[in-house]
Amino acid sequence: MSVTPYIVLSSILFTIGCVGVLTRRNAIVVFMCVELMLNASNLALVAFARQHGNLDGQIAAFFVMVVAAAEVVVGLAIIMTIFRTRRSASVDDASLLKY
Amino acid sequence: MTAFWFLAPIMVIAALGILFVRKAVHAALLLAVVMISLAVLYAVLDAPFLFAVQIIVYTGAILMLFLFVLMLVGVDASDSVVETIRGQRVMAVVAGLLLGLVLVTGVGQISLGAGVGLADVNAGGNIQALATILFSRYVFAFETTSALLITAAVGAMVLAHRERLVPKPTQASLAAQRLRDYADKGTHPGPLPPPGVFARHNAVDTPALLPDGTASEASVSRVLAARGTVRSAPALADDIEELQRQIGDAPHAGRTGPASAEEENL
Repeated sequence: MSVTPYIVLSSILFTIGCVGVLTRRNAIVVFMCVELMLNASNLALVAFARQHGNLDGQIAAFFVMVVAAAEVVVGLAIIMTIFRTRRSASVDDASLLKY
Repeated sequence: MTAFWFLAPIMVIAALGILFVRKAVHAALLLAVVMISLAVLYAVLDAPFLFAVQIIVYTGAILMLFLFVLMLVGVDASDSVVETIRGQRVMAVVAGLLLGLVLVTGVGQISLGAGVGLADVNAGGNIQALATILFSRYVFAFETTSALLITAAVGAMVLAHRERLVPKPTQASLAAQRLRDYADKGTHPGPLPPPGVFARHNAVDTPALLPDGTASEASVSRVLAARGTVRSAPALADDIEELQRQIGDAPHAGRTGPASAEEENL
């Protein structure tokens, strides 16, 4: 069984996540697209682990999951704080550093 | 490969849906579809531990966290279509298409061969093999992960914590405020009227009727009124004539006395 289709699917999902981060305005949806990209890279790691016959790829995917969980916790807390002060979850409204 | 060819189109369609749906809740549910399909693909790729972790951590914990934050942030969280940078969407889509094209053609041209497979490594059990590697070669990374998780938990608590700037209102001060409002603005000091209770509707979106037949706006929640989902109470009585015609020609057939109604209940 070749893992090439899995890698292609992983690339497609990563691209969709990329476009989502660039186009969507809602901070929570942007975050979901980041999660989609992390998941796509996980799929590539697991597929290559099978291709090479060792478990290092699965361990890497496991660490990516842990880091993603920590990132989501802090990121969503930041979104909550911004929403509390500015009453908006749009990434365009948090532009105070620009001026 | 059957599972792959079955799940891959579903995953791509669901991922594209995240780009196009208007409501963030729908995006979260589509993301759940992608993540559960990914878990199945992990199982196909001889990674049963990651299959379980994917479902527990991603679908169970992370997506629930997303839904909780959506609930707190509220219905307002829809996208605006105004572009801050002109032409950004078009450029993003073009760049994304180019990236996808490069990735897919680049990956597709590599011939990886049949692959080694994990049958030998997983011979003593996938979880045992993973544990052997995790607690020997990657033990330092594993310990660092614990520091990361504690930092994340403390950081989330610090960010979500809110200092109380004004003293907490007590029952006595609330009652005094209510009477002051009554004296100044004439606001009714008692509790708000409950929603209407009718023969066919007693839900919270049904307003109560005032003695003059108009609906009382104070009897339904402000949130329901803002969403525009409040029922029209006088309209509930519109089809009484039609119902009576359906029950029977005799208009008094349905209007039996209270005694017979009790008999039916018995």
